Parts: sequence; structure tokens; C-alpha cells
Amino acid sequence: QQIQEDLNKQLLDNLVSFLSRSHSDFQEKTTEWTCRMKFREIPTAALVLGVNVTDHDLTFRGLSDVLQDNITPYVALLEAKDCPGVKNLMQKLMGQLMNCDIDVDSLEDEDCVQVSQNRIRCSMPSLISWYESVTKKTDSETPSKKRNSSSRHWQSPPVVVIFKDMESFTTKVLQDFIVISSQHIHELPLVLIFGIATSPMIIHRLLPHSVSSLLCIELFQSLSCKEHLSTIIDKLLLTSRFPFKLGEKVLQVLINIFLYHDFSVQNFIKGFQLCIVEHFYSQPLSVLCCHVVDIKKRVYSLSHDQCENIRRLPSFRRYVEKQESGKQIELLTNDSFLKEEAEKLLEDLHVYHENYVSILRCLHVFTSSLPKYPLGKQIRELHCACLENRVWETEEYESSLQLARMLNKTDLVTMLQQCVEILMSSSGKEFDKTVGKLKEFLTQFQNLEAEASQERDVSVSSQKELQKKTDLYHLQKTLLELKESRRSKKLTKFEMLRFEVVDYIDSLVRRYLVPADDRTLHEILYFNAATVLRGHLNAAPRTALHTALNNPHWYLKNQALKCDGGGISNKAPDICIVYKLHLECGRLINLVDWLEAFSTVVMAAEEPNADAASSDQVDDIIHARFIRAVSELELLGFIKPSKQKTDHVARLTWGGC
Amino acid sequence: MSRPEGMRGSRRSLQVKFVPDEDVLKHISDDSGTKVRKEKAQLSVSVKRFVKKLENISDNEAQEILEEKNYVAALGICAQDPMGNGSNISGGEVYSFQSPKRSNKMAELASELAQTPEQNVAPDHSKCPEKMAKTPQSSKMFLLMCVLSLVFQNKKKEFVSTTPHRLRKRLAVPDPFLETESEYSASCSEEEDEEEQKEVSTVLSDQKTPAKTKAASTPPPRNSLAKKIKEQKMGSLVEEYFEAHSSSKVLTSDRTLQKFRKRRLNQQTLHDLLKNAPLAYAAEIRDLNQQHESLFSKWMLQLHLGFNIVLYGLGSKRDLLEKFRTSLLQDSVHLVVNGYFPSITVRSILNSITEEVLDHIGTFRSPLDQLEFITKRFKEDSSLELYVLIHNLDSQMLRGERSQQILALLSSLPSIYLIASIDHINAPLMWDQAKLSLYNWLWYETTTFNPYVEETSYENSLLVQQSGSLALSSLMHVLHSLTLNARGIFRLLAQHQLEKKDNPSYPGLSFQDFYQQCREAFLVNSDLTLRAQLTEFRDHKLIRTKRGADGVEYLLIPVDDSTLTDFLEKEDEDV
Repeated sequence: QQIQEDLNKQLLDNLVSFLSRSHSDFQEKTTEWTCRMKFREIPTAALVLGVNVTDHDLTFRGLSDVLQDNITPYVALLEAKDCPGVKNLMQKLMGQLMNCDIDVDSLEDEDCVQVSQNRIRCSMPSLISWYESVTKKTDSETPSKKRNSSSRHWQSPPVVVIFKDMESFTTKVLQDFIVISSQHIHELPLVLIFGIATSPMIIHRLLPHSVSSLLCIELFQSLSCKEHLSTIIDKLLLTSRFPFKLGEKVLQVLINIFLYHDFSVQNFIKGFQLCIVEHFYSQPLSVLCCHVVDIKKRVYSLSHDQCENIRRLPSFRRYVEKQESGKQIELLTNDSFLKEEAEKLLEDLHVYHENYVSILRCLHVFTSSLPKYPLGKQIRELHCACLENRVWETEEYESSLQLARMLNKTDLVTMLQQCVEILMSSSGKEFDKTVGKLKEFLTQFQNLEAEASQERDVSVSSQKELQKKTDLYHLQKTLLELKESRRSKKLTKFEMLRFEVVDYIDSLVRRYLVPADDRTLHEILYFNAATVLRGHLNAAPRTALHTALNNPHWYLKNQALKCDGGGISNKAPDICIVYKLHLECGRLINLVDWLEAFSTVVMAAEEPNADAASSDQVDDIIHARFIRAVSELELLGFIKPSKQKTDHVARLTWGGC
Repeated sequence: MSRPEGMRGSRRSLQVKFVPDEDVLKHISDDSGTKVRKEKAQLSVSVKRFVKKLENISDNEAQEILEEKNYVAALGICAQDPMGNGSNISGGEVYSFQSPKRSNKMAELASELAQTPEQNVAPDHSKCPEKMAKTPQSSKMFLLMCVLSLVFQNKKKEFVSTTPHRLRKRLAVPDPFLETESEYSASCSEEEDEEEQKEVSTVLSDQKTPAKTKAASTPPPRNSLAKKIKEQKMGSLVEEYFEAHSSSKVLTSDRTLQKFRKRRLNQQTLHDLLKNAPLAYAAEIRDLNQQHESLFSKWMLQLHLGFNIVLYGLGSKRDLLEKFRTSLLQDSVHLVVNGYFPSITVRSILNSITEEVLDHIGTFRSPLDQLEFITKRFKEDSSLELYVLIHNLDSQMLRGERSQQILALLSSLPSIYLIASIDHINAPLMWDQAKLSLYNWLWYETTTFNPYVEETSYENSLLVQQSGSLALSSLMHVLHSLTLNARGIFRLLAQHQLEKKDNPSYPGLSFQDFYQQCREAFLVNSDLTLRAQLTEFRDHKLIRTKRGADGVEYLLIPVDDSTLTDFLEKEDEDV
């Protein structure tokens, strides 16, 4: 459990650092550009962030932190929902500015208290006076403090106002605010930052020309969310730092949710966290999912039950079956032997991961530049393909190899160089040989170049010869010869080498990119319960309701409820019957008819054993049950009472669901 | 069995019917002014005698009869007018007197005359059916009326189809000479009755009213649910949708519960009955619940890891959550929110957090301020933990955007653990992406098949069956504490409202008219006393006033019609 919390923390840290890094370039730009502030125009940065609204929060927080650290202590974050009017906006703005003022110079408490009394009449003049007093104070402070502050900020730090979600601000508020603040730009160096989710055009749509001309807008494009995603995948999945891995289906589910639902990196991370939680919760052997260093200790502390658990793992069984009989018995009976073996296997698995990642990157280098991207453009697609099954058995792999065999030399050389870099950077020891081999290829290519120039000379000379002999017969002959030689000399040295390289890569792939499912003890590190994940993240309450109402047998395992086809047995729970009946109706449902139909169905189910004397009683009970079922349906939102006609209810769903 | 439906309760024809009534009234009041009113007063005396004779007839009916007398008087003046107007609705009301065991032929006929406005009769009918059933005398009287009207019809054939039934009835009842024929009506057998009806209806079917041709052009009526005819797929779904929603007319049968029911079930009896009824598949449901209960420790873990849990699926999840609470949260601070409770608000949730959990006394300007305070407190004190259990997060009161926003912000606090249940099919639509990320949900399907006992037990979550019992009792309660005159005033208003209940755009009774009526009934002697009385009503929320476009004050009782009817009945019993 501790590990998983560690992991979570690491995860979030990663994300935050990444985000702030991705925005550092903006900061640089903003700094230099706020210097040359323009006359009467409010410098404005428009940040196009993309549709993943939920991630913006983090981005903005990071941005304002960085701004506060580097440029100015006066940063205010404004959200549309806090600012229904200019007054609220000003109030919020003042509050935030004064708060961050306290944060920066806690010595100036009295001053702030003084100013905050003014808060009642939050207006631009009061803001300016506050600003002046604050800046004056900072200037007239003790020299040491002044140096301190001026080292970090300029003499008159700008006030940065960030509008988190520009689209949802009301136009009027924005316009007013801009016009007002443009009046005061001399006294108050104001910088606006708009967060935009759609397109930069929205500024001009929201603001009329007269207003937008007051702004000096510079546009910044943030990284698209897809890039965020691939960085995160890179950092989290394709490293050997975290022992925990995602299975193919799970990864697919997460990526699908990302691509088709929300484009939210945060949600992706949430899903990943959930995977970790689920894995550690449901897999008893997940204790072994740890860093290599800890494996030994943990394996030896395994109890007998846990050993049994290991023996029960399907991948381990397969492994056992492959061993000779003596070892088999040892493995199945002797705990300590099993532990040793398991430890070895786990270490193998870790080594496999290291190799896997590097080779995967190499392969990605090769495939990502191929036309039409048979194995996908992104490394995550390649990763999925490799996890799914033996990648070299797929058609896509075949075709990509075919294409790779047609690469030109310069590309090939750069790719090889990249591969060498990747392999060098990875920590695996096995790659020494591989790197050597690749380097050999590279030198061969260089040699080839030299040879090629010679060859070119040869061909040139032959051309000259061709020009010399003008005899028709000879000409014909030489042409034929040339043709012949071209056909036979199909495999030049370069081509030979190219084939060799591709074949070598192929062999690497076959050796290292074995899908994880084939590895022994992969269950310990891989989380594969995609359906669970989908259920928790991307639930379908409507479907659940529908199945429960239509096919109660799904939930209640009773023979009486079993039915075939679309029908429903008359023994089903009341609400199911009522629901079924209501499906037959149009927009309005007559309660009396409904009740009657219901009672016929129920009576049929209950057998006419009730004699006439008690029929009245039965009727009441049926009636009560009907009422209950109907009000339950109302609660579920299928119907609502209607005023159109007496004793009618309106159906809220349409069609048979 | 339900008959093949088709009684198209057309409001249009209803209006057609009632317009002449009002015309006539106006006509009376305009034409003969105070004279008629005096006459009315006289008449009411005579009618009272009449009532005494009949003994069991309700005051309500007496009032009606009084009006009918007016009609009789009016008919003398302008007999032609209502008949001309009423031609459209023909004599379809006859069907309302059909014997309970209808023959199939009748049903067929009924479907033939699909457009006959049966609903016209429903109000007439619903006013006294219970009485009918109870007292043979009045039922005889009813039969008498019916037969008399038929006799009437037989007498003047050309008149039959054009006379609105109401009118006929009015003509029939007070007339002394018709009373002599009561023996005949008593002896009249039902077969005869039916035969006559058939005759009449065949006569009617010959008539081609414009409404009927329209009905013929509409697609064949959809059969009632009991018939269970699978609709064949036709056209694309989109077209079907618009088809289904384009026609304002809905083809359902016109039967009402009031006609059908012997008695209403109130909340208590309903509860008792359901308690007695055995729960089907109890064992299986128990199994299912046990399955869910095994997840408790997992929920706990996930809550602590910063997720919040939402439960969905058919069946009440209340018991499950309760069990979770009692088994795991006994020793920790937790807050249970019954979202299905009709008066729950976000503010009350926040208040209970600040007051009960944080021991803070004081008020906040807005929920957002309060939330800020809570956030601060929870951030300051990391040992503070709170479990919030919300039953029915999707209930009416918590459904709003603002409340969800606040709850989402609340749930995003790391030391507040939220576990909630949703039931509505469209509940997930409440949350946009921002809220979803704040909530950080983990979805759990917990289909329990438990009946929603608690969730549906509140008055406003129920259908018409029980509605009004609470309102009724409070109405009675308040009125009992008032003076006799005040009760009379209220009753007058109630009766007026009931008469106009078929008029959807009824604005209420204007103050002036009401004053007039009250004066006539000797209930008030001045404008001021009435006003004082009305203020008292308004304070008890018995009436609502609103100003119309013309600046006139209109008075309305904000209670539905059935409750009002019940109320008048109860009042009559007391008197």
C-alpha cells in the first residue's frame, strides 16, 4: 500500500513538473514582451489550451506559480463563475491581489489591513492607490529588502490578471473591465492573460473592435493534449522505473476514454491511479510488484499461502510444464526452491522490461517515419500492438518491414544513429553487442559511400564509352548488357547492407518484443482487468437500469425469471412488469389501463387460487404494488405526472430505449 | 378489459361546450341584471325545498341545480343560442350512462364514434359517482335523469343530437311533470336503456361533423397497452420521433381513476398493504446485496485515496449505504444526507457541516462563503475527516447546477469522502466535465432490486393516487378553526373554481364577482370584511391572488381539483 501511495505521488509530481516545463517557454516570452508595454494598450496574452478543460486548472496553477516566482507578485486568477458582474470581478481581483501581497511581503501587514478596509468600494482608483502605496513601500523599504525584492522582480512589477475560461465570461463584463482598465493603464501596469479553449477567433467574436483594439494581443499555443498524453505515457509506462505495468486491454480502454470522451490528461491519470489501486487490492501477489532491489527481501518473506498463489498463476503453470519432471516436483512442493526460482523469474522480467523499452523505441524510430504508418505514428500505438500479441506475426509489421527495406540511405543512417543513442542511454548490459553491431553497420555505410563514389566514376566512364562507340550494333549490345547487368546487379552493396540492417532489427524485435503475456509471472506486474476499469470510469447507468428492468434474470439468479427473447415472464418483479407494459405506450399513459393490464399479468402469475372472498383484499394489494412500481418508475425518470389529461402520466423516454 | 381506446377527449370540443354556458350566464346577467339575481335567490329557496325532498343530494348539486334553473330561465329568452353552438358535440354523453357490463357491440360503436367527447361527462359524472354508489335513492335519480333525457330525445328526434347533455339534464330535473315519470324510469330495464342508446348513436353516426372527418384522417388509434401490439418499425427513428411528438392529440383511453376506484388508498394503508405483500425473490436479492456488501472495504480504501464513489443501478441503495455506514463508519465523523427529502437544500447540508461538524455558530452570506470557510477549516486541520453519504444525489432539490457545483467543490476536498447514489436515468447529465473532474467519481453498479420505500414515501414524489391527502388535511384543519362565515366564503370560492376546472386558462375569480356572490349568500356585508377575510386566507396560504392584465385581482385556490372535490365532500359531511 505504501508503494502505491508513493507511486501516486510520483505520478502527480511528474505531471506538475511536466506541465510547468511545457509552459516555461510562455513565461520567457511573456517576460520579454511585458517589457515593451505599449501605450494605452493592455498587453494581453491569449493562451489557446484546447478542449481538455479539466486540465487547465493545473496548467494555470503552474503558470501563476511560475509568474509569481519570476516576474511579479501580483497575480490574480479569475474564473467566470465567480464573476457575474464587473463589481464581483473587481472584488475578486482585489481580494486575490491583496492576498498574494501578504504572501510576498508579510511585513506589510498593517498596510494591507488598511487597504482591505477599502475593499468595500472596490473600484479601479482604489486598486491603483493600493498599487501605488505598495510599490512605494517596496521602494522605500530597507535596502536589504529592496535588493531582495528587486532581484526577483522589477521596479514596478506588472499586475497579471488571468482569465481562466474566457469563453464563459459574459461579454459585457469583459468589455467593461477592459475599457475601464485601459483608462488606467498608465498608473497600473496591467497584463491580461486569457485562457481559451476553442480558437483564438473567439476573442474577436466576444469583443467588438472598439474594445479589442485596446488590447495588444499575442497568441500562444499550448501543447495539444495528445502530446501531453504521449509524454505521460513515455514517462510512466515506457520506463523501467515503475515496476507496475498496464496490460494491453487496459491501456486501450484508457486511451479510448481519452481520445473519444474528454481529452483530459487528468482523467487519464486518474484511470491510471485506479489501475494501481485495483491491482494492489485485487492481486494478492502484488507485494512482489516492487523495484528490483526489494525483490529478494520480499520473495523470502513470502508465506506458504502466497507460494501457493504463485503456483496457481497460469503463466507459472505453463512454465512448470515446460521443465523436466524432477524440477517440476521441486517447484510444486518445495517453497524455498520456488522462491529462488520466482526471484530469478522476476529479475528476468525486469530485465525484459528494460530491453523491451529500448527496442520498442528503436522500432518506433524505424516505423514512425514510414509512409502511411502501418504500425502507428505514436509510440503508444506501437506499444499496444506489441503488448497485444507477437508483433512480428502481424500484417502491419510485414508491410512496415517491406517499406523499411526501401528506405534511402540518409534516413537509414540517421535512424541507426538514433537507435545507437537510445541503446547507449539504456542501462541494459545486453546491448553492448547490439550497439557494436549497429555501429558496424554505420561504418559499413560510410564505407559504402566511398565505394559509391568510385562506382559512380565507373558508371560515368562506361557512359563515356557508350558515347565513343557510335556503331549501331555495338550500341545495341552495350545497351542490352547494361540492362542485363542492372537486372542482375539488383542487389548493390547498399541494398545488401540495407537488407542486413532490417533483418537485424527484425531479429532484435523477435528477441525482445515478446508480448508480456508470454512471460512467466507477468500477472504480478501487469494489470489486465479492463472490464473492471471500464465499469468504474466509464459507467453506463442507463444500460444497467435497462438490463435490470428488461432482464431481471441477469441479476436475480432465479429459474422462474429465465426467459427467452424479448418477452418477460409474468413472475418478474413488479417494476419490471410495469416497465414492460409502459414500453407499449405512446406519449401519454392512462393509469387505469395500466393498472388493469398490470393486474391481469399479476393475477395470471399468481394462479387463481385466491377465492372470491379474498379477492377484494388481493385487489388492494395489487393496487398498492402497482402504485409502488409506478412511483418507482417516476423516481427513475421514466414517467412524470401530466396535467394534459386526468389520471395520465407522460412518458419521458422515447422508443424502446 | 379495457376497450379499444379512441375516446379522444378533445379539449376543443370541451371549450365549445362551455363557451355557450358562459355566454348564457353573461347573457343573463347583462340582460336581466339584478332581476335575475333576485329571481335566483327565490329559486334557491325553492330548490332548497327540492333538496330536502331528495335528502341526499349534495349542496354542490343544489348549487348546480340553481344554475340550471337559471338556464331554464335563460332558455326561455334565448333557447336557440346554445343549441346552435352545441351542435358539434352531439349526444355522445349518452355513453357515460352505459351499464358497467358493456357488450362488445357497444365498444365497437364507441370506437366508431371515436371523437365523441366523453370527457365532457367525466366532470359531471365524477362529482357524484360515489354518492351514487352509496345511496340508492340518488342513483335512482341519476338513472331517472338518464332515461328522461332519452325519453326527451325520443320525443323530439331532431333535437336530440344538438342538445348538450348538461342542458338536457337541467331541463329534466327540476321540471315537476317529469317527476311523475320516475316510476317508469325505475322500472325501465337496462336492456331497453341500451337499445335506446344504440338507436341514438346510430342516428348520431349518420351525422358527419367536421370533427369526425378529422378523426378519420388521423392514423388508426394505437391500441391500449393491454393489447400489446408491437409497433412495426417504420421510417427512420427521427421521423418517428417527430411523428410521435407532432400531434398534440394523444390517443389514450379516457378512463379516470375516479371512475374506476372504489376508494383511495392513503399513505398509511398503502404502506401497510405493501408490508403485508411478500417481497418477491427475497433470497436472490439478499444474495445480490451480499455481493455488494463485500465491496465495502474496497470502497473505504478508494475513498481514502481521493476518489469519491457513486452507486447506480435499479433498486433502492439506501439500505446498502446504511449498512456501509453502520459497519464501517461507526467511529468516524459522518453526515448522512437524504437527498430524496423534499425540503433538502445545499444550504442545509453546508449548515449541518459547519454547525455539527465544525461547531461553528454563525451565518454566512452565501453558500460559496460557507464553502470557503469549510475549505479553510479542513485545510487547516488535516486530522479533520468527514464522510458524506448522500442518498439520491439526483433528487429534485439537489439537481440544480449550482447545488451540484457546490457539492462537487465540497467533494473535491481531500479530507471529505463522498459516497452517493443516483437513480434517475439521466442523472449523469447533471455533470459537465469540470464537475466530473471535481467529483472524481468511481462508478459502482449496485443493482439491488430493493423497493424504493423511503424515497417514494414523500407526498410530492407520488402520483395522483395519494396526492392531496396532506393538503386536504391541512385545509380541513385550517378551516375548522375559522368562523362559519369564513368557511362559507372559502367554499364559495372552491365551488367556483371547480366549475371552471376544465378551463385551462382560468385566471381565478375576480374580486368584484366574488364580492357579489358573497353578498348574495349573506356571507359578508361590506367590501372590507371580505378583504379582511381574504387576508386571513392568504396568510394561511389557502388562496393565492394575482393581478390580471386588466388590473383586476383574481383569487385562486392553489390546490388541485380532486383535492378540492374531496374537501367539499368532507365539508358536506360535516354540515
